Amino acid sequence: MEKVEGFVYMMGNDINTDDIVPSHCLTLRDPYEMAQYACEVIDSNFPQNVEKLNIIVAGENFGCGSSREEAVNVFKILGIKAIIAKSFARIYFRNLINQGIPGITCNWNDDDFSEGDHIEILLQKGLIKNFSKNKTISFDKLPEFLFNIIEENGILNKIKKEL
Amino acid sequence: MAYTICEKILLEHSEVDEITPGQFIEAEIDMVMVHEQLGGRIHEEYKKLDLDYVWDPNKIFFILDHWVPAPTISAAQMHQVCRKFAKKYKFVHNMGMNEGICHQVLPEKGFARPGMLIVGSDSHTTTYGAFNCLSTGIGATDVSVVFATGKLWFKVPNSYKIHLSGELPKAVMTKDFILKFIGDISTKGAIYKSLEFHGKGAESLSIDGRMTISNMVVEAGAKFGIFLPDKKLELWLKKITNKPYKFVIPDEDASYERIFEYNLSDLIPVVAKPHSPGNIADISEVEGIDIDQAFLGSCTNGRMEDLRIAATILNGNKVNQKTRLIIIPASKKIYLEALKEGLIEVFIKAGAVIGNSTCGPCIGGHLGVLGEDEVCISSTNRNFVGRMGDPTSKVYLASPATVAASAIKGKITDPREML
Repeated sequence: MEKVEGFVYMMGNDINTDDIVPSHCLTLRDPYEMAQYACEVIDSNFPQNVEKLNIIVAGENFGCGSSREEAVNVFKILGIKAIIAKSFARIYFRNLINQGIPGITCNWNDDDFSEGDHIEILLQKGLIKNFSKNKTISFDKLPEFLFNIIEENGILNKIKKEL
Repeated sequence: MAYTICEKILLEHSEVDEITPGQFIEAEIDMVMVHEQLGGRIHEEYKKLDLDYVWDPNKIFFILDHWVPAPTISAAQMHQVCRKFAKKYKFVHNMGMNEGICHQVLPEKGFARPGMLIVGSDSHTTTYGAFNCLSTGIGATDVSVVFATGKLWFKVPNSYKIHLSGELPKAVMTKDFILKFIGDISTKGAIYKSLEFHGKGAESLSIDGRMTISNMVVEAGAKFGIFLPDKKLELWLKKITNKPYKFVIPDEDASYERIFEYNLSDLIPVVAKPHSPGNIADISEVEGIDIDQAFLGSCTNGRMEDLRIAATILNGNKVNQKTRLIIIPASKKIYLEALKEGLIEVFIKAGAVIGNSTCGPCIGGHLGVLGEDEVCISSTNRNFVGRMGDPTSKVYLASPATVAASAIKGKITDPREML
């Protein structure tokens, strides 16, 4: 995976895992049903809105709170391709990478992204092209170790080969 | 090389000769804790590996605690999936659903010992740092990796040293300290850091109180929250295990990215206002706010020290008519001990509802879910939007002393007036 292309969905600081998957739906057996509740306290039309806006751009401490991997899984089901944040909570970051979804740590400026922007993330170059704003934003590339997990589309694919 | 506690334990569990912050290593896991997550994402992820074994059924601690006994059909189905998995893979340490909350029961059973590396499918797995072991929360995929290989990748974190002096004043608890610390450093202030608690002040704290601090370091983003070992810990361990262990102390010239100093004697009761554990206010700023519910319990504050101080405050008093008080001992062992000491009787006479040991209300699961616009003062760890029920409800996080005092008055109350 060299490039990820899509459209921006904007989120704030401290988006927590209770925001992403409220605990009242954590016992649901069907992950697709669970995904319909994703981020309901932030945006009641979230599942519909991210059908097109499939790259999240967020502020600090994205994914703080519990270790529930459902909070990555529902995004995967809804077709979210990558998350760009100023910082990630530790467990959430691991969960993202382990599921093969690029978590991009980028200290972006207010005028770098707006909702709906058409962007392309060049993973190995550490660059984000914002076509809508005609600008290029840089980020710290993922360490090779983590990049390889994404290349394998998740750590379990990597483990399977090694077992 | 001079090492912090975290670096020493990671080095001990890996095959590398030296260790440095930022380095990626693979480490051997001593114990993995799983709860209902087993029937959530874990069994689904583990299926992908198509294995008919786990690396070591003796190193898995399995417990049902979040929704026990099952309040809904979907929770009951989740439990069924968990039990089936535990049986199929021959888990040795299957605690069932009546032992209590994972972070209380695991140490009580002697599975958290100094020097161990423990991971768990719950973010508050950091709690075992109180026992001088390295422990942290992981997601379902990471649990699957451990189930299959017994190993996990780690990025070696930088360490922060938190030096504590003095002693907690009357009616001020370690909850007040950790809330203040999170407020000072912010909810992102310790992301990916290992926190080490040093000093005479740390030694003055009970094991129960230390567990509250280690439990909540994750609300500041920390990966580990570890205490130095001491005589108190040795005595605690002696009562519950005869398994060998080795205390881990940091090298004198170990390197810390940041150093903090706190004098416990200077602390006062505080609360975390809605909707963040980092939104801290002195008690005087929130005194008088009406509450609909008070909750005392959870992996953060459902231990004997917490129940004792609450009983001292509640003894001979009544829960205010416009408020309801729910008390849940963190484990069966604590429940029995509280019964023997007469604390449960005090609670019931004061008008509290006593629940079986479960996470229950903390996650808006059952036994005290909040309704529209309701306000709760809670001894738990998170007050995110909708955490304990309806998205319009509001949760103030506080110490058990503050929760008990507030339940009597029906409004947020300074516990120092009640002791």
